[in-house]
Amino acid sequence: MRVSRRAELSLRAVALLYLAVLLLLPLGVVFARTFEHGFGTAWGWITTPAAISAFWLTVTIAAIAVPLNTIFGIGCALVLVRGKGRGRRLLDTLIDLPFVVSPVIVGLALVLVYGETGWFGNWFLRHGIRIIYAPTGMVLATLFVSLPFVVREVAPVLMEVGDEQEQAAATLGASAWQTFWRVTLPAIRWGVAYGVVLTTARALGEIGAVAVVSSNVAGSTLTLPLLVYQRDSQIGPQAITSAYAAGTELAVMSLIVLLAMTVLAPKGAKTR
Amino acid sequence: MRIEVRGISKRFGDFTALDDVTLEVGEGSLTALLGPSGSGKSTLLRIVAGLESPDAGAVLIDGADVTAARPQERGIGFVFQHYAAFTHMSVRENVAFGLRIRKYSRAEVRARVHELLSLVGLTTWAQQLPAQLSGGQRQRMALARALAVEPRVLLLDEPFGALDANVRAELRRWLRRLHDEQGVTTVLVTHDQEEAMEVADSIAVMNAGRIEQVGSPREVYDSPATDFVMGFLGPVSRIAGRLVRPHDVSVSLISSDGAIEAMVTRVVHLGFEVRIELELGSGEPARAQLTRSQTEQLELARGDIVYVRPPQASLEPAASAPLTA
Repeated sequence: MRVSRRAELSLRAVALLYLAVLLLLPLGVVFARTFEHGFGTAWGWITTPAAISAFWLTVTIAAIAVPLNTIFGIGCALVLVRGKGRGRRLLDTLIDLPFVVSPVIVGLALVLVYGETGWFGNWFLRHGIRIIYAPTGMVLATLFVSLPFVVREVAPVLMEVGDEQEQAAATLGASAWQTFWRVTLPAIRWGVAYGVVLTTARALGEIGAVAVVSSNVAGSTLTLPLLVYQRDSQIGPQAITSAYAAGTELAVMSLIVLLAMTVLAPKGAKTR
Repeated sequence: MRIEVRGISKRFGDFTALDDVTLEVGEGSLTALLGPSGSGKSTLLRIVAGLESPDAGAVLIDGADVTAARPQERGIGFVFQHYAAFTHMSVRENVAFGLRIRKYSRAEVRARVHELLSLVGLTTWAQQLPAQLSGGQRQRMALARALAVEPRVLLLDEPFGALDANVRAELRRWLRRLHDEQGVTTVLVTHDQEEAMEVADSIAVMNAGRIEQVGSPREVYDSPATDFVMGFLGPVSRIAGRLVRPHDVSVSLISSDGAIEAMVTRVVHLGFEVRIELELGSGEPARAQLTRSQTEQLELARGDIVYVRPPQASLEPAASAPLTA
């Protein structure tokens, strides 16, 4: 479609304005409030024992959930795109479940299954494994909500690449495993990278599902988003500043992930 | 190595791609599978490669039944119409792929890759990515990659189909030379009869999932087993109920026994040859091919009435030829 110069400029202005009002302005206010009492105060709020614990728990959960969902996501995309068997359409629909189900429901469902009175919860508890109101449950909740990203990024790339290169590798003597590592994975690597970034962002930021299965004890089962929420619900001027400080910390982590992708992405890679 | 295909059938849903096909490809030969799209030629090639499995029948390479063998185990080289280049690897890495899989030493890989790149004339392009090559160069790279592992059999699926006409013609001659030097048993799939005639020692003409005829280019052209083969290998006209090649039609200004009246609708000068387009008395179109001097002698022009006749030695469909390449 050809767009006149003036129309293009006004479209661009509208898009920028939209982004500014919805994204930049609120984020900017958070940053401004964080540092209104100086950098030292903000630094103090994110280096309290509770904040440091929340930081590490958030990072740990992401470090477990992201690799698992990456492996699962690539495998799932391969089954969806390259598979021939039945049941692929069902799988295709199921993968979108975390997109359509509210995270709170996800948390409640996990409680029903793994909670003290849940189906398997009692069995695990008798063997000394606590899932709900413990980090294990928080990892499960994060796994669930961040599951579709890698699949949804990788599947279209796999389809676009096609299977001729894989067939060529087979005729040259490569086993399925060799073909995957040497041909398929390099061909889909940018799809995987983008999926990992989205998964990481979601894993860092998830609050709904995680809140339900967390015992919300500062210093042990609070992630950064939960810490922000808890501090924000307390009363007093300090509470607000401390919440904003943790919020800024979280935002900076996400921005680093986004930046990593921009730096890693090949020049001329298709804009999304 | 010799390739034998015995009673191969293959269906895709309701579509019969191959219907009880039997074929032998002689050792060291270059055989073309020639046919229109949908005739099953590519499917047959992919079954020989192990990229598809047949519903019935057997594939033998050098006498050994490989029907159940995976492509990796068949000792084949395969070249795809759209190159199937490994897009993230350089030309050198593409060619080295099969050698690395086979755990050749670093020095062996380097030597063999160099040898192959000079064979296909791509030494100066070794460090480039496939995307930086032209179509013809990419296909030569794909050929080098397939030949690197010293396949027993080389299978080419419409290898020049995606290329410009002049590149295609050049690569054809190059492929023939390569085959003469290397002597690898080769099967080439093509829908281009000229390509098949120029490159192959032996042509298997396919139609609707069956092989219509197998023979040398001359045999299938001069003694077509069926009307389909005759029509597919070159232009034909139906004159007096018989299929005739345009250059076998004799054109005269004088009526004679067995000749048919026709009107010249167009005279097309194609350099040395002249194509005379005709309309027969029945209203059907026909074609004759004459030399320039013949045309000048007859002083043919549009609207002239001429008398055409098929050649004296009749071109009745030959008795079914043996299906051996």
